[in-house]
Amino acid sequence: MWMIEIPAFVPFFIGALITTLTRGSLRSTIMVSVPIISAFHLWMIPEGIHLQFAFFDYQLTPYRVDKLSLMFGYVFHIAALIGVIYSLHLRDTMQQVSAMLYAGSGLGAVFAGDLLTLFIFWELLAFTSVFLIWARRTQRSYVAGMRYLIIQVLSGVILLAGTLFYAAENNTLAFGYIGLDSVAGWLIFIAFGIKCAFPIVHNWLTDAYPEATVTGTVFLSAFTTKVAVYALARAYPGTELLVYIGAAMTCFPIFFAVIENDLRRVLAYSLINQVGFMVVGIGIGTALAINGAVSHAFNDVIFKGLLFMSMGSVLHMTGKIKGSELGGLYKTMPKTTILCIIGAASISAFPLFSGFVSKSMVMSAALEEGFDWIWLMLLFASAGVFHHAGIKIPYFAFFAHDSGIRANDPPKNMLLAMAIAASLCIAIGIYPQALYELLPYDTGYNPYDATHVLAQTQLLFFSALAFVWLNLKGMYPPELRSTNLDFEWFYRRAFPSVLKNIFTSIWQVDRTLRQEFKLRLAMYLTYIAEKNNRISGLLSRNYPSGNMALWVAVVLASYLFLSFIQ
Amino acid sequence: MKNEKKYLFDNPENIKRVLYILYGCCAALLALDFVMHRHITHSWENLWGFYPLYGFVGCVILVFVATWLRTFLMRDEDYYEIKGTKKTGDHYVDD
Repeated sequence: MWMIEIPAFVPFFIGALITTLTRGSLRSTIMVSVPIISAFHLWMIPEGIHLQFAFFDYQLTPYRVDKLSLMFGYVFHIAALIGVIYSLHLRDTMQQVSAMLYAGSGLGAVFAGDLLTLFIFWELLAFTSVFLIWARRTQRSYVAGMRYLIIQVLSGVILLAGTLFYAAENNTLAFGYIGLDSVAGWLIFIAFGIKCAFPIVHNWLTDAYPEATVTGTVFLSAFTTKVAVYALARAYPGTELLVYIGAAMTCFPIFFAVIENDLRRVLAYSLINQVGFMVVGIGIGTALAINGAVSHAFNDVIFKGLLFMSMGSVLHMTGKIKGSELGGLYKTMPKTTILCIIGAASISAFPLFSGFVSKSMVMSAALEEGFDWIWLMLLFASAGVFHHAGIKIPYFAFFAHDSGIRANDPPKNMLLAMAIAASLCIAIGIYPQALYELLPYDTGYNPYDATHVLAQTQLLFFSALAFVWLNLKGMYPPELRSTNLDFEWFYRRAFPSVLKNIFTSIWQVDRTLRQEFKLRLAMYLTYIAEKNNRISGLLSRNYPSGNMALWVAVVLASYLFLSFIQ
Repeated sequence: MKNEKKYLFDNPENIKRVLYILYGCCAALLALDFVMHRHITHSWENLWGFYPLYGFVGCVILVFVATWLRTFLMRDEDYYEIKGTKKTGDHYVDD
């Protein structure tokens, strides 16, 4: 069975190659069929190591299949299919090819059984995805893409350094549990953390995703951070530090999301918030928590994709994405409105929607393991995510004040992609057992017990009530055209201006020193020349230069003469 | 634009209806706290109306803090562009 040995990324890379060579409907057909065929192929694959070879002294395992990697493998296929359908109307080879390569790289990374293979796909993820940002072809997207690329490559370089340390310490490259008790462990942890958008290093995400193309952001939101979540789940389950990092990730972005004007940037902040829940789950590390983290990653790819697609449709149809410029779109974009609300309900974890069945696992695990304060933070973040992603996004885009824009619903392919994502959100919410069967552990967890449903519904409804109350009182912060400072200020503003000032003063000092030196040199030369003029006529400046030529001729002639003597 | 079609929420009555439904749901959910027996893991969950209160107060605090953050985090929309692109070239004093 040689078919088994074909790693999941291969069909996508071949698909990307064919995409470059074809046009029109043939290209569309191929792009849609690649994820479908590859998904069927993956469905047949039993667990185990299917491809392995020796590389110098090390075993490389480019294709290892187990329950953890399969979960991500499946959802990446779903994301790729939805993304491809969503972008079928495009006539842009650069975007379509890089999207295929990017999806393939994501699959390559989650099925990598050794650190070197992981590193290669880690870097490929960065290099293939940056074109989805640059494809917008504006100066803004170009510089945002550059910053994105630099940070992603930095993460890759740190991963490589960690890999080298790891190989030296353990004499193997196998990618399994690593832990934080060695230099290698810390380096790899930091590399994963950058891609996972840990606090302080999170701004590449909020900076680049909103600058990408309408369809590019849909792909971007699915793969990079989820690969990082997968890598953390593989290498650092049960690392307590992750609980605190994750809790911070759930809480701080919601403040930014409330005051952010660019609605796709609001979603980018809420993406960090959702990844925070997964990171907490990995940090707790029990079977229930890991299940929660993995299934939440699965659901997040779909509902966050749906939300990015609905906001992408708004941007595609109106050319605007700022909350301050939108509003009242429900009148002419009713289908998009409904689909967006389904996505919003899912991310807010309403019972019967997909977010509920996965997020509640992480929350329950936090309580069970005695992380009381963390549980309170997660509860606050759950209310907050409903507030900014569940209400703010649909409200300011489709309702609020009437902006006078009368844009239609987007093209059919975009609606179809959103409809598929929305049906999956509801299907998983209603019948979570289908999802639970795929999970790495069997915990017999049931999300739909009365206590749980009631608690979550109460939390959400009263959050909505708070929104209504604040809005009626006029205390809700209006959408303003603005930029909000975040940690990126340090490397986009402070660091460059400090560097600029340092270099300016260095050049100034350097120039003064050199001028001073030149002045002194000239002074000394004049002084010596004057002395010379007075002492000896021979070396004086006034002496004719023909004299010098004569003396050189005499010296050369004497050399010639001496050589004859010998 | 006088002839424009009337849409669902152009009628203030409809907005009111939605709000009343929301208030009704909130009241019903709060009332359920009396009748439902919940099995709890944390002592705070025992408090009457813990989740509704937490959700409401949490969101109000969230919005107030976020509004306060605006006072020192908010800048012009093109804040990063002005310094970033216009001034390239005059970074260094060269000879």
